[in-house]
Amino acid sequence: MITQNIPILVPVIYLIAAAAVPLLGYKRTLFAFCTALFGSAAAFCVGIIGLISVITNGPISYHISGWMPPIGIELVLDPLSAFIIVVISGSTLMVMMYSMNSLAQEIPDKIVPFYSLSMLFLFGLSGMTVTGDLFNFFVFLEISAVAGYGLLAIGDRRAPFFAFRYLTLGTAAAAFYLLGVAFIFMSTGTLNIADIAQVLPEVKDHPPVIIALILIILSISIKMGLFPVHQWLPDTYTSASSTATALIAPIGTKVAAYFLIRIFTLYEYPPIIDILSIVAAASIIAGSLLAIVQPNLKRMLAYSSVANIGYIMLGITLATPMAYIGALLHILNHTMMKFVLFASAGGIMNNMKTLDITKLIGFPTVMPLTAVAFLIALFSMVGIPPTVGFFSKIYLLLGAIEAQEWFYVAAIVLSSLLALVYLFRFISIAFFRPYNKSDDKKIVQVDGPPLPYTDLSENNTNKHFEAMKKNDMSPSMLFPVLLVAVGILIFGIFNGYIVSIISKSMPVF
Amino acid sequence: MLEFIQDYYAFIFLALLFTIGLYGMMVKQNLVKKALGMAIVQATVIMFWIVSAYKDGAGIPIFDKRYGVENPEMYINPLPHAMMLTAVVVAIITFGLSLALIIAIYREYNTLHEPELLDQMKDI
Repeated sequence: MITQNIPILVPVIYLIAAAAVPLLGYKRTLFAFCTALFGSAAAFCVGIIGLISVITNGPISYHISGWMPPIGIELVLDPLSAFIIVVISGSTLMVMMYSMNSLAQEIPDKIVPFYSLSMLFLFGLSGMTVTGDLFNFFVFLEISAVAGYGLLAIGDRRAPFFAFRYLTLGTAAAAFYLLGVAFIFMSTGTLNIADIAQVLPEVKDHPPVIIALILIILSISIKMGLFPVHQWLPDTYTSASSTATALIAPIGTKVAAYFLIRIFTLYEYPPIIDILSIVAAASIIAGSLLAIVQPNLKRMLAYSSVANIGYIMLGITLATPMAYIGALLHILNHTMMKFVLFASAGGIMNNMKTLDITKLIGFPTVMPLTAVAFLIALFSMVGIPPTVGFFSKIYLLLGAIEAQEWFYVAAIVLSSLLALVYLFRFISIAFFRPYNKSDDKKIVQVDGPPLPYTDLSENNTNKHFEAMKKNDMSPSMLFPVLLVAVGILIFGIFNGYIVSIISKSMPVF
Repeated sequence: MLEFIQDYYAFIFLALLFTIGLYGMMVKQNLVKKALGMAIVQATVIMFWIVSAYKDGAGIPIFDKRYGVENPEMYINPLPHAMMLTAVVVAIITFGLSLALIIAIYREYNTLHEPELLDQMKDI
């Protein structure tokens, strides 16, 4: 009985939680936290049940208020959308665990609105994942986007301005999407994705359909933060509160990537695919290059998000089985590592009072356990073997080789090296003591009294390190971060199980 | 040429409007003008859907005894109108939110001119 209703159950749980948070949290913010945590835990459990039942029994289709699909709105849970639901609801559960202390430290007067908006954001995202109707997708897109603007506008002084910029851009993207859907509706007369897939071959390669495809892909690229239209992403992520970033950065752009897979299973027009592959490669390389020069830790991570969404995009556009597995595995990998990195960055911001990379010397001395989790996530980002990042990149590489696209093989390898540069720049500053050149220590002076020499680096390092007190994140913040960091290792070692789930959802190439 | 304009005047008008909206969003430096450009773009898309429902010589989609249910070509397509009701709500919400953010920005910086705002943000 419950399995039939799972497609609608996940969004509805989030919607009820979004409405219940202000009611229950009116007197005490602790109740708001409990409601949000309970809601996201329930949604995660339902998502797991959905994934298991979808894998054993095949896709579940839910018809809202009993109207049959081509006319009514259809919600579909197939292996692909069930996988994405589990990823986003799991990530949310972790963020909700993390959020209690970090919100109290950062934005103590806006805790209840934050929880309500975050639940509404998840309502939109999960709706976008399960919907089988193009116009319904637009509605959920706008729900999640409006909640996202609100979440990103809570932060430092600059946050409202960057949120406004993102709002104008995101709303224009939604308008483009709606225009594209209008073209598709005019040429096919239907909005149901499965129905369009049947009708579309009749009007294949007609100009309106191609224009519609271009408009939809353009709008989704803006939502994904691909290279030429990525500027909103580092701006908003840097200025927003770290809990909001930890919530939005891992999952916000992935759902758009997932919808792109849906669009491509619907209709492919080869020239657009070629252009998108080039854009994805440009996104990978430009994101990595821009990440190298950023002084701010969160900004660097945001630019690496641009690079990583490029990997996912490249895996989708290469359209070989291996590349597809790589893309979906990278969605999981990127969600996990970005949660760890942004959540740790929030802890660093609270305990070290700065995010300037050059001022984070000795951060592992202050926060040893966070540093361990951070290091695991960095290894996953570069792609060092026991982590998931290694396997997702190896699948992407194999896919690119399978497609015989040697340029993209080179791009993936090159950007891995660039990731090594920007991440190990941070590691070499934060984890190691400054390097003393032995030749500079004594200046030989022939005449005159010797200049007073003070060994600044000595003062800066040893005594400075000893003076630093251990001040790690509070247990409720540390627990989800460490859990996901261990998860990165475990999922990496047992990636065969995940690949077997992913390959169930593979479309025909 | 004249015939083309006569056939597609609605689309030509909407394309012009869309361009004006995008121009306002991208080129204007005042945040309120940007928000207004955004609203124009949204209104254009909504009107585009409404135009897509139009049929020559058809009436409003309410049951009419003179035509009955046997002549669907005598009614315009009601689906875009119903959907655009939702889109209008979305457009209002985003426009209201943008105005709320503009108020927050103005209280913080006392200006709405974008280069000035970026100038003031440099020192953080």
